[in-house]
Amino acid sequence: MGERILIQGNEAICRGAIAAGCLTFFGYPITPQNEITEWFAKELVQREGVFVQPHSESGSINMLYGGAATGTRVLTSTSSPGWALMQETMSHMANAELPCVVALVQRGGPGQGTTQHAQTDYLSATRGGGQGGYKCIVLAPASVPENCDLVQMAFYLADKYRNPVVVLTDAIIGQMAEPVEIAPIDFGPLPPKDWAIGGKGYRPDHQRRFIGCTQGQVPTGEYTNYLSLMRALDAKNRQMETEIRFESYMVDDADVVLVAYGHVARVSKEAINHARQNGIKAGLFRPITVWPFPYQALRATAERGAVFLAVEDSLGQMVDDVRLGVEGRAPVRFLGMLDRHDSTGAGMLLPGRVLEEIIKLSAEAKV
Amino acid sequence: MSSQDVENRTWVSGTPRLWVRHPAGCRQCPGCHHPIIERLIADVVGDLKVEDDTVFITGVGCSTRAFTVMDFDGISTAHGRAPDVGTAIKRTLHGRPVVITIQGDGDCIAIGAGSLLAAVGRAERITVFMANNGNFGTTGGQMAPTTLTGQVTTTTPQGRNDSTGFPMHVPELLATLKGCAYSARGSVHTPANYQRTKKLMKTAVQKQLDDVGFSFVEILSACPPDWRITPVESLRWIEEQMIPEFPLGEFKNVECIN
Repeated sequence: MGERILIQGNEAICRGAIAAGCLTFFGYPITPQNEITEWFAKELVQREGVFVQPHSESGSINMLYGGAATGTRVLTSTSSPGWALMQETMSHMANAELPCVVALVQRGGPGQGTTQHAQTDYLSATRGGGQGGYKCIVLAPASVPENCDLVQMAFYLADKYRNPVVVLTDAIIGQMAEPVEIAPIDFGPLPPKDWAIGGKGYRPDHQRRFIGCTQGQVPTGEYTNYLSLMRALDAKNRQMETEIRFESYMVDDADVVLVAYGHVARVSKEAINHARQNGIKAGLFRPITVWPFPYQALRATAERGAVFLAVEDSLGQMVDDVRLGVEGRAPVRFLGMLDRHDSTGAGMLLPGRVLEEIIKLSAEAKV
Repeated sequence: MSSQDVENRTWVSGTPRLWVRHPAGCRQCPGCHHPIIERLIADVVGDLKVEDDTVFITGVGCSTRAFTVMDFDGISTAHGRAPDVGTAIKRTLHGRPVVITIQGDGDCIAIGAGSLLAAVGRAERITVFMANNGNFGTTGGQMAPTTLTGQVTTTTPQGRNDSTGFPMHVPELLATLKGCAYSARGSVHTPANYQRTKKLMKTAVQKQLDDVGFSFVEILSACPPDWRITPVESLRWIEEQMIPEFPLGEFKNVECIN
């Protein structure tokens, strides 16, 4: 049994990283994730870890590149504008096959946007927001304890595939507090990091190693040309596509299936509970991996003849994946940011509004 | 001459001990100074006997592939980000590795200016070598921050003038920053300058080994194809045009940065 404490979601990310053995953090201040940077600044000194506050998020991600190259578990966190600045080196890390974890605490965009919650970076996170068409596993926690657990899983998956992994959370999950039991999770054995650099004198064979984000161009390592690299990355992407995780909540008999991730999944769950009390059969399908998206599971539900409602705090991003999963087998409706309860950045999609939509759809489904 | 003297003698010809033949053969254009600067790095690392600890970092440009010819650990980075990557490698391994970067002037002080200055600001114990050829070599000779006033490049076809700015003096700039322990400028266009530059580069790496602070050497570098002149004319261009603008020598050399 681990320690059970009441902490904020942002701190849960930090505690999860420590539980995963990550003692190296690089991060630039940006609201609403400053608690993460500040926590590591304080804690890593005491734990003899490494903390650097770089000159920008571009600095953070490139430090992650260097830290990962030494075979160390490394983490950075940021919010939406900082996430944009990191994209170039996210792509370089996919080319160089370096494992790292990036916690993205989303805030409202586009542009400088707001400093408050939103889910407007779904597409840039799940599609490979940088150049060149790469893929990263993207985990979407919906609670403070899940922040802690999924960061640990992210480190495991990053090491397993030698690829960046994104933890896609948001300001609501980051700022709210819940009890968390901190315990290291054992995901199983991982291959040794015999590719890491740090001085050839420190490895048994005394042979030099290179790491390059120039793979496919500079004939190093196992890839002698561009297509041999692309073949290898394609095989890796297909392997990563099997890492699907999702939660089904009362979906089996549901006439209306809500699809939501992150804090909006919590809101949706509450609306579903109210709907069930009113005799409406609603359920929630919550992707935990938003890339790879659980298309197959969604398709199976669609064939049963339910109506789908994608709920997300954006103008419509995840809804594209819902449509791809359903493949025209069932109607897909959308409830988004424009249905927030308030017109300022503090406005939220609240359970009442989601319930209204469920009632409307359930009436349609019966017709 | 004792056998020790022979061993310590600086060779201008031949192959450095830590030099690996590149699988793709010739990597640079005729008259390019990048291979000379790279062999100096191999020599300096060899002379200081730190090859077991060294991590060599390249930027993007004509320096990118240099890591493949050194017989020590290497890593290539995103454009301009070598100081960030070097910072992390040095710190993640708790100061153990010797971190050396080679970057072009575009990589180092155009796109990478922020990374470079921030690394100096933090007094990172890393060594940056910057090849200054006054233009963007790999992409065909466009203007760089180091392009001379009046110099014709593909993006300053009328010659660089007031509206396109003035050449930046990087070692002089870094010397003003507290985190910098050593900054200097050398050239490899004559054998005498080659030997002097090797001393500057060795001192720079020694500053890192002594844990003093950030160290930096700019090396003037010929780019005959993009300058549209012959390799021999390029040597004259360095002597007559570049050195008057970019004086050679040390700009900072301190034993303690505080």
